[in-house]
Amino acid sequence: MTRADLTRRLSGKPGLFRLTSIAITALWLGLFALLPHLGLVVVTFLTRGTHDFVIPSLTLANYARLLDPSFSRILWDSVWLSFAGTVCCLLVGYPFAAMMARASARVKPWLLLLVIIPFWTNSLIRTYAIVILLKSGGIISMICQWLGFTDAPVSFLYGEFAVFVGITYTFLPFMVLPLYASLEKLDHRLLDAAKDLGAGSLRTFWHVTLPLVAPGIVAGSMLVFLPSLGAFYIPEILGGARTMFIGNFIKNQFLVARDWPLGASASIILTLLLGLLILAYTFTVRRADGHHKPETEGGAL
Amino acid sequence: MMRILGRIWLWGVYAFLYIPILVVVVYSFNDARYSTSWKGFTLRWYELLANNRPLLDSVLNSLSVACLSATLATFLGVLAALCIRRYRFPGRKILHGTLYVLTVSPEIVMGISLLMFFIVCGLQLGILSLIIAHTTLSLPFAAVTVLARLAEFDESLMEAARDLGASEWQAFRMVMLPMISPAVAAGWLLSFTLSMDDVLISFFVTGPTFEVLPLRIYSMVRLGVKPDINALSAIMFGVTVLLVLAAWLLGTKVKRKN
Repeated sequence: MTRADLTRRLSGKPGLFRLTSIAITALWLGLFALLPHLGLVVVTFLTRGTHDFVIPSLTLANYARLLDPSFSRILWDSVWLSFAGTVCCLLVGYPFAAMMARASARVKPWLLLLVIIPFWTNSLIRTYAIVILLKSGGIISMICQWLGFTDAPVSFLYGEFAVFVGITYTFLPFMVLPLYASLEKLDHRLLDAAKDLGAGSLRTFWHVTLPLVAPGIVAGSMLVFLPSLGAFYIPEILGGARTMFIGNFIKNQFLVARDWPLGASASIILTLLLGLLILAYTFTVRRADGHHKPETEGGAL
Repeated sequence: MMRILGRIWLWGVYAFLYIPILVVVVYSFNDARYSTSWKGFTLRWYELLANNRPLLDSVLNSLSVACLSATLATFLGVLAALCIRRYRFPGRKILHGTLYVLTVSPEIVMGISLLMFFIVCGLQLGILSLIIAHTTLSLPFAAVTVLARLAEFDESLMEAARDLGASEWQAFRMVMLPMISPAVAAGWLLSFTLSMDDVLISFFVTGPTFEVLPLRIYSMVRLGVKPDINALSAIMFGVTVLLVLAAWLLGTKVKRKN
């Protein structure tokens, strides 16, 4: 029992304000967050109806339908491309965030500001900017012509490559910010200690730096990987008709095919991936806490 | 050597982040409909936007939804933060867990679950469903922002107020709220931006009669490259830069005050 509880007990009043606060919060979250998500789970076990969207006969068929090769191809494509984009963000973002964290205290806020601006810029517009970059006669095409690789304008749009570039470009700030947050807090005395004890830079990185910044790496990967699976506009605008992500699949089930149970089941797959990543995150935070003093999660937003 | 390489990497990544968007800004002043080469300076694409009635309507719709949902989300977020931080009650852990999961859960999942919920409830898709959805989207972010501030808040101040005879509401209103007001403002701004930017949830929960800006942009961008989209992108980018700068200056001012 905290001291606040004790005071409340002594004052003997249940507290109208306290009760209403709890009631309003619980009501809103219960009604508009928990209930719809529970409904989503329920719908995955129902059958698709012809007149109504669903008819109440329980089945596992929707999950079985997801085993169809056409869906597993979409799943594979999107997981693979999102994963590649996440790894690319990490490889580009890590040295970048490390350089930011190492800058002098005077320029640091400005460097951070320059990452926050694209972070807040509308992602549709940033996706559109990539269209301008990659289209036939665009910047990349012009550079290729100028360097003499090709004679005619070339288009890099509409394919896996464009989607990959789009994911990397759109989500890079989401990787950099948590990485920067954990690299900033890194205690450099620990690195010096490791060096003094004779560890090379690779060993220091592997045994000291990496475990300490692991929460930032996992948090950043989560913020890149999950949204990129669901963001249907990136494959739609950059990939053309050839690439389809889970997000596009879910969208089509709800808006075109009107097949709620199938779309809902696909979104459960997405949620399961999220669960796995949250587990990985809590695991790495616990491990990092074991190495170092505890810290609170998030905060980079 | 490593230092120079690091510098090159740093500025290379900044170039990667900024060049595409700056190219769009430059093209928005280019007096050519199809060509990518420079044909002279013009403002006519901006004029075209100014006469685009559906676009202007969608901007107004977005602003009203963002203002209303941000206010509601901040109000609920403060209450939620208060519940988690100050009160002990059954289900508190569930509440905290729900908020945390909502911040990371994919937006598309929230979008479709709310879509089904609204249809089952018989709620007409439009401004009301959008406000409810955006409030639910922003609430956890507002709550987390306030929670971070509450972590630094000295609980004994509230106890002192209570000992002096203030009710819980009075103590909150006169002691806690003024001290957490920067976080409340930050939470509101965050919620406002989330609502203005959201494509995925709005896509599912809005009706055909009520269009918001991101969806308008979405339908424009899907049709391919056009000079008026360049102009629109340039404006949106400019507004973002101004807002981020304003929030940042405000933040440093508050920090200095403390």
